[in-house]
Amino acid sequence: MKCLVLVEHEGGQLKDATLSAVTAASKLGEVHLLVAGEGVGGVAEQAAKIAGVGKVHVADDAAFAHALAENVAPLVVELMGHHDAFVVPSTTTGKNVAPRVAALLDVMQVSDVLSVEGEDTFTRPIYAGNAIATVKSSDSKKVITVRGTAFEKATAEGGSGTVEPVGSTGDKGLSSFVGSEIAASERPELTSAKIIVSGGRALGSSEQFHQYIDPLADKLGAAVGASRAAVDAGYAPNDYQVGQTGKIVAPEVYVAVGISGAIQHLAGMKDSKLIVAINKDEDAPIFQVADLGLVGDLFKLVPELTEKL
Amino acid sequence: MKLLVPVKRVIDYNVKPRVKADGTGVDLANVKMSMNPFDEIAVEEAIRLKEKGVASEIVAVSIGPAKAQETLRTALAMGADRAILVVSETEVEPLAVAKILAKIAAEEQPGLVILGKQAIDDDSNQTGQMLAALLGWAQGTFASKVEVDGESVNVTREVDGGLETVRLKLPAIVTTDLRLNEPRYASLPNIMKAKSKPLAQKAPADYGVDTAPRLTTLSVREPSKREAGVKVQSVDELIDRLRTVGVIG
Repeated sequence: MKCLVLVEHEGGQLKDATLSAVTAASKLGEVHLLVAGEGVGGVAEQAAKIAGVGKVHVADDAAFAHALAENVAPLVVELMGHHDAFVVPSTTTGKNVAPRVAALLDVMQVSDVLSVEGEDTFTRPIYAGNAIATVKSSDSKKVITVRGTAFEKATAEGGSGTVEPVGSTGDKGLSSFVGSEIAASERPELTSAKIIVSGGRALGSSEQFHQYIDPLADKLGAAVGASRAAVDAGYAPNDYQVGQTGKIVAPEVYVAVGISGAIQHLAGMKDSKLIVAINKDEDAPIFQVADLGLVGDLFKLVPELTEKL
Repeated sequence: MKLLVPVKRVIDYNVKPRVKADGTGVDLANVKMSMNPFDEIAVEEAIRLKEKGVASEIVAVSIGPAKAQETLRTALAMGADRAILVVSETEVEPLAVAKILAKIAAEEQPGLVILGKQAIDDDSNQTGQMLAALLGWAQGTFASKVEVDGESVNVTREVDGGLETVRLKLPAIVTTDLRLNEPRYASLPNIMKAKSKPLAQKAPADYGVDTAPRLTTLSVREPSKREAGVKVQSVDELIDRLRTVGVIG
């Protein structure tokens, strides 16, 4: 089976999410990549070095500069003429593009794949991860999005893929990019961080969220996350959100501060290797999944922890 | 401009789903069902566009069991003008839902279709994008802000690193994210009024769409459980434990 993986990149750098998708695709068969963007020669070179990849198709055109689904999907559809599966990471870019491709190919997509059980059989979470379904696709071509935390990252070096330019399918004139506000941060990216410190509604305000969570995160070299309750209350930006409708993470250590542990939040972090919870309510559901729990007032405990680390 | 708002009847947000003992699915017998939360946000956004004078009519659509009529009545009570129920007692996959919606869009000619970004039961996150593809329209997914401006709409999207704004030619598809708005509750008088708003009943065959599933669910199981760990008594004990497992030096 020949798989086409859409390479995710930003600012001329290949993003880690691509590497997990490559691993998932390699379980299906041959792995070829698509780099779409403007001025992406460097990304294509990085992509060709990923261990185990074959061809790296490069579509370099202004129409692909911001990964607009209206322009990228027809390009993918054309390449799918000689591929059997389209594999993308479950990122906001992947989730935007893949179903558009699937519908154009008349294929029912399999979303957020956790494991590849065979060339047409996959497991995926449903009901916020409260159930795991094993599904078999009867479509001749497959379109899947892949949960990054469920697959090891492919090695970024050592591969010898061949870079091949492909013609642009052009700008469809349906949409255009206006602008973006991407938070610049010195901290690691949430989905690839080894340690995450997350704050919940108990932080009480945006000021306190940053006053208590940030120093602890910096001491641990951690990324900062938040529960949906904290995001809804305006204490943290939405791109911090961990959970069913936010980001799915599985770091080495997840520190949940003032997070009660709603099922929707647990859905986003329960595969973390070690979970530490600090909460004043000893009956909070977060303690049912935490490896280490500390009951008490976070406004006292967190500064003490930050200082003693 | 007319707005089309598809809504789905799903397990209530606050109910913890239980996997059936025979591993065939999730037990929905006697479980509270509600409108998918993202779809409530879609209905709310449509009502706000109508209140602003941007939209003139809101048509709510649901594809699902006869009981999805209740979900449509909720949309009508919130402020939708009329509803279409496409009855299917068997589950309809996002691709087939999108095909039915594409047919309805061709009939109704809406300026915008506003959908929830995902349903909280199957968590697929596909229908809006698929509908956009089938119609050949632009798509503004995971929207946190929607501004109609003449022949186009500016949609601010929640993306992994922050926010991104795209400009889409109308007609277009918008899928909602959580922060787009806070849906209103329907008032009792409006709930009463909704009972007399028009609700048309259809079948997938009326639209010539084959809803045979492409995916077969072989089994459904519970995720592996995490054992609760230990409670430590102090910050010092926590640090000791973290040191023991090598998390900190």
